[in-house]
This record gives sequence, structure tokens and C-alpha cells, in this order.
Amino acid sequence: MSSRGRVGMICLIIAEASLFAVFVVAYLYYLGKSLNGPFPREVLSVPILGTVCLLSSSVTVMIGARALGRGAVGRSGAWLFATFLLGAVFLTLTGAEWSRLIAREGLTIGTNLFGTTFYALVGLHASHVIVGLVMLALITVFAWSRALGPANAERVELVSWYWHFVDGVWIVVFTVVYVVGR
Amino acid sequence: MSVLADTMAGRRGAGAHRPLLAVLHEWVVTVDHKRLGVMYVVSGLAFLLVAGLEASTMRLQLVWSGLHVVPPGTFNRLFTMHGTTMVFLVGIPIVFGFANYLVPLMIGARDLAFPRLNAFGFWAFLFGGLLLHFSFVGGEGLYGGGSAPDVGWFAYAPLTGRAFSPGNSTDYWNLSILVMGFGTVATSINLIVTTLAMRCPGMTLGRLPVYVWMMLVVSGMTVIALPPLSAAQIMLLLDRFLGAHFFDTQAGGSAVMWQHFFWFFGHPEVYILMVPGFAFVSEIIPVFSRKVIFGYPMVVAASMAIGLLSMSVWAHHMFAVGMGSPLNAAFAASTMLIAVPTGIKIFNWVATMYGGRIRFATPMLFACAFLFQFLCAGLTGIMLAVVPFNWQVTDTYFVVAHFHYVLVGGLVFTIFGAIYYWFPKVTGRLLSERLGRWHFWLFVVGFNVTFLPMHWLGMIGMPRRIYTYPADRGWEFWNVVASLGVLFQAAAILVFLVNVVLALRRGERAGDDPWDAWTLEWATASPPPPYNFETVPVVGSRRPLWDLKHPDDPDGPHE
Repeated sequence: MSSRGRVGMICLIIAEASLFAVFVVAYLYYLGKSLNGPFPREVLSVPILGTVCLLSSSVTVMIGARALGRGAVGRSGAWLFATFLLGAVFLTLTGAEWSRLIAREGLTIGTNLFGTTFYALVGLHASHVIVGLVMLALITVFAWSRALGPANAERVELVSWYWHFVDGVWIVVFTVVYVVGR
Repeated sequence: MSVLADTMAGRRGAGAHRPLLAVLHEWVVTVDHKRLGVMYVVSGLAFLLVAGLEASTMRLQLVWSGLHVVPPGTFNRLFTMHGTTMVFLVGIPIVFGFANYLVPLMIGARDLAFPRLNAFGFWAFLFGGLLLHFSFVGGEGLYGGGSAPDVGWFAYAPLTGRAFSPGNSTDYWNLSILVMGFGTVATSINLIVTTLAMRCPGMTLGRLPVYVWMMLVVSGMTVIALPPLSAAQIMLLLDRFLGAHFFDTQAGGSAVMWQHFFWFFGHPEVYILMVPGFAFVSEIIPVFSRKVIFGYPMVVAASMAIGLLSMSVWAHHMFAVGMGSPLNAAFAASTMLIAVPTGIKIFNWVATMYGGRIRFATPMLFACAFLFQFLCAGLTGIMLAVVPFNWQVTDTYFVVAHFHYVLVGGLVFTIFGAIYYWFPKVTGRLLSERLGRWHFWLFVVGFNVTFLPMHWLGMIGMPRRIYTYPADRGWEFWNVVASLGVLFQAAAILVFLVNVVLALRRGERAGDDPWDAWTLEWATASPPPPYNFETVPVVGSRRPLWDLKHPDDPDGPHE
């Protein structure tokens, strides 16, 4: 019979996907409907570094989870910490982008529909990154303090599933916001 | 089977008397699915009384033209709170409360998969509900309804914008339902995981009780359809508090998008509420007809079809906004299509009764009334799917009549049937059949007298959500009739409450299996011990208790 944790995480991911889908639909629907600037083409630059960091963190979290399953707890902690760092870099870059958009370009959530949908969609994703970072930080600490063992491998794997989901959502957000929408 | 026999024989004495505070503390900190289930249903029934009072006040206001029982603003608050309460604080908690209680018992599990998450779901619901009702006393106080929401239960934009809805009444609506939504999704995930990962040995998916199958479908629908409502509510929050423009038409936003988002949740929600009703009657009708359910695979498949199709019909709530003919036609077609699996189920229930040794105990009475009333609801639903007819009666009492036949004639009737059916399991006492009959007949008469005339009222043009109406429209007579029905319904609820109180104090002892039923929950004690089953049951067919009672003729070979 299937494991409770895995089924539960799959259900959570479906629910979250449904939540994101509405924000993506809203972004696409309101594309080009802003009555005043700034418009996406003028102010958005493609976040290549952040995207590379986030996508590669999917690989590191996978290696970390597998290492734990083999009993290499210390090495697992190192890979989980690397994941945390990559996610933190992504979040910092998002923060820098937002600060530039707000301070230099004068784009806030109330400026126009682009601002409304951009900050809502990217912000919803960033809030999920923050939740993921908290979980990654916790399991890193647990791994280094040897509170984790191979018996916990499945739970760490579930965290990695969540993190893969956050990455997958970013691919959609990236496509919608920075490719289609620009 | 001997394992099951041991389970049936397993007993624990009733708990000794403890101080009230200790008992309360136990209920507050509990993570037991049975206690949480009971708390869900009891709070749902309490909110039912509140919503009933609100509806009765509206019927009093509308009994004759030109009355001023309540001011117009208060009337708006009343219908908003009535609708919101009935859907989110009565329907959802009661159907999920029953599922909480029954699903683990029916599949031979000890509890739900995540008991603490389950407690979180309940408390999120309860505090969400209390937050919503706090709006009555918050703001300007009780007179005139305080700052209770007044934007209707589907809270259409742009009425919900800051400009048209100043103060915090809309925020009460928004935040309380957002909180409850998280709790409901959590509980749905819990039910799915429990059903997929915690079944007892022998309980294959093909042997799941129909009730569990249907709740699995309902939980799946909730996981997919409820987050879009949360998303739309987050957008509304951003609009109202941070000056975003999602639904702000003056900045290029779209009020119609809110309708799409809301009804993408809102129509599956109708089935999230109705399929549990189907689930109740699918357990009740076979037991009181003394036959297995007719066409088990078809009933399950039809439920899944409803679950899938329910995601594709939402815009039939929006025919009047001007979507254009292609969309109108598509949604009319999908709406008519969903009548097919629903009709299949009606045939299944009738075929189950056909040739059966029918016993009209109170649960069966409610199930039979459900069949007739839900059929009426389905037929008016098909009428409403016809776009030109829909345009004619949009926002009239015809629509009000239709969805009250669905949600009261359908859902509330099956809930009462389910309460009469499972009350003995939960409390160990039988509800009185005599009072049950009074309850049933008063409610059937009251319900139909109230809501049947609303069909005519809608046909002759009475709009919904009006606080009063002029005298020369010919609407008075049927309004008087509709309001008279409320008296019968109120009497029915009173009889029900008396029945419950009397049964708890000196009701007949139920024993484990008062209805001679077949599903696993009747194999353990009434009320079940905290651990549910003394030994893990092993089942060999869809009707484990039949096998136990008739070892010479087990069900397995016939399935």
C-alpha cells in the first residue's frame, strides 16, 4: 500500500498547482491590458542567474536526499545546505529585482495591471521559496546535528518533492512573465 | 472472519463521570477523528439554526408587499450571511464531519492519516465561522447587522471594491472563508490519504463502501476546486488592502474574471456538497431495501464522471453576462451532459429498491423524499441550462427555488437521513421513530410549501435579493404561501431537537448494529472505542458484516 506521506505530498502539490494556475491565468488574461506604463518590455530583464541557481538546486536537493537514504548523513547535510544557498541566492536576486522595480522604475502593485499581476504571481512563488528555505534550513541543521538518519530518508525526499514543485512552478512563471509576457 | 467476530465482541465499559472542565479540555485538545467528526456536525447544526433564523426573518419581511420588518441594508446582510453560512458553515462541515467519523471506521482504520492536521482543519473552520459571525457585533454593533457582509454569498466585483464596499464587512467575508478554505483542503487531503493508504487487509478499492468512494471523489474535487477560490480571495485582499487592480474595472481590471474564478470553485462546490448526499443515500437505500446496491461499478464510475464534468460547467452561472454564443453553447452542453451520470445514479437507487423488502424507517423516508426532490432540482437544472430560458429567469426566484431544491431538498434531507441512520452508532441510542416521522412529514410539507411556489414567483418575474416589492405584481399570494411553509419547517427542526435531547437522555439502547447493516462501522461497539477496532478487521467482500452473519453464503463469489 502507498505511503501516507507520499500521497499527502502529491495531494498538496495538486492543490498548490491549482492555486498557482489561477494566478497564471490571471497574468495571461491581463497581459497588455495595463492602461499606463511602465510596461513589461521597458522594465523587465530576464533573470538568468536566479533561474540557473533555482533549477540547479533541484539537482542538489535530489543528491542530498539520496545521500541520506544511503546513510551518508554529513554529506547529505552538505548538499541540502548547498540547496539552501542556491535558493537563498534566487530569493536575494528576486528581492534586488523588486527593489529596482519599485525604487527606480516606480512600479508598485498599484501602478497598473502589470504591477498587480507581476507582484502577485512572482510574490506567490517567492513566498513558496521562503517556506521551502525554512524547511531546507531545518533539515540541514537536523542532518548536521545527526538527528536525521536513513530512517528519515522518506521525509527528506518529501521536502525535495516540494522543492521540485517550487522549481517547476518557476519554469512556468519564467515562461509566462519573462518570455511570453515581455 | 473470526477476527471480525472478536472485534464485534470487544467491549469497553462506559466512562466514569468526570468534571465538566476535564471533559471540555479533552474535547478541545482531541485529535480523534470521531470526536472531531461530532464537533464538525454539531457546529454545523448550530450554524444551521443561525442561517435558518436569518432565512425566517427574510421570509417575514417578504410575506406581503411594502413591509418594513428590517431595513434594506440589513436585508442585504441577511441574505449574504444566510447563503455564506449555509454553504461554508453548514454544508461543508457537516459533510466533512460525517466523512471524518465514518471513513476510518468503514475502511477498518484507527484514525485519519494525519490526526493533528485533522484537528487543524476543524479549528480553522470553527474560528473562520466565528470570525464571520463576529461581524454581527463588530463595527457599529448589533443593530442593523453591525458590519456583516452585504455583497451576496458570491461577492461579485466591483461591488466588493473599496469604493463600493467601504469598512470591513467584505473583509470579514473574505478572510473567514479564506481561513476555512485552508482547513477544508487540509481535511480533503487527509481523507484521500486515509482512503488510499490506510485500508484494512482485504479492503481493496473494489470493495470500498460506496460512501467512501464518493467521499474520495469529493475530496479530490475539493483539492482541485477550492484553491482557485482562495486564489481569487487573495487577489481581492490585494485589491482591497494594497490597491491592486485585479477586479478594478477603472484601471483595466475585469469584474467578469471574479465571476469566472468564483464559479470555477462555485460549481464544483455544488457537487462537493451534493455527492456526499448521494453517498448517504447509497448507504441507506440498500440497507432499508435489504439488497446490495444496484450496479456498484456504475455508481462509482458515475461519481467520478460527475467529479470530472463538474470542473467544466462553471460558466452556466454566467449566461447573462454576455459571454457570446460559442461559450454559452459549450457550457449549456456540458451542463446537460452532467445530468447523465446524475441520472444514472437515480436509476441505480430506484433499481436497488425495486423488488427489495423495503422498510420505511426514518432514514429511508428522508432518502425517498430526496429522490423526488432532487429529481425536481435536476429537471429545473436542465431547464436553466437552456440559455434563452436562463436569460428569462436569471436572478429570479426560479433560480432560488432550483438551488434550494438541490441543497435543501437534496442535501439537507440526506443529512437528516444520515443523522437518523448513524446517530445510534455515534451515541449508542436510537432516535425515536415516532418523533422522526413527525420531523420528516413536517419538513417535507414545510420545504415544498416554501420552495415550490418560488418557481411560479420566478416565472412571473419576481427578482431574487429584493427587500420588498410593489403590491400590483400579483406576487403576494405565493409569498404568503412560501412564508407559511417556514412555520412547518421550524416545527420540524424543533421536533428534531426534542428528539435528539430525549434520545440522549433516555433513548432506547441501540446495540452495535440496530439496522442489520453491512459496512464495517457496525462491527464495532456503539459508540466505538477510541481505537475503533480491537483487532484489525479482515474483509472478504463489499459487505463484510453480511459475510459474518451468513458464513454459509458469503458475498465474495457473487461480486
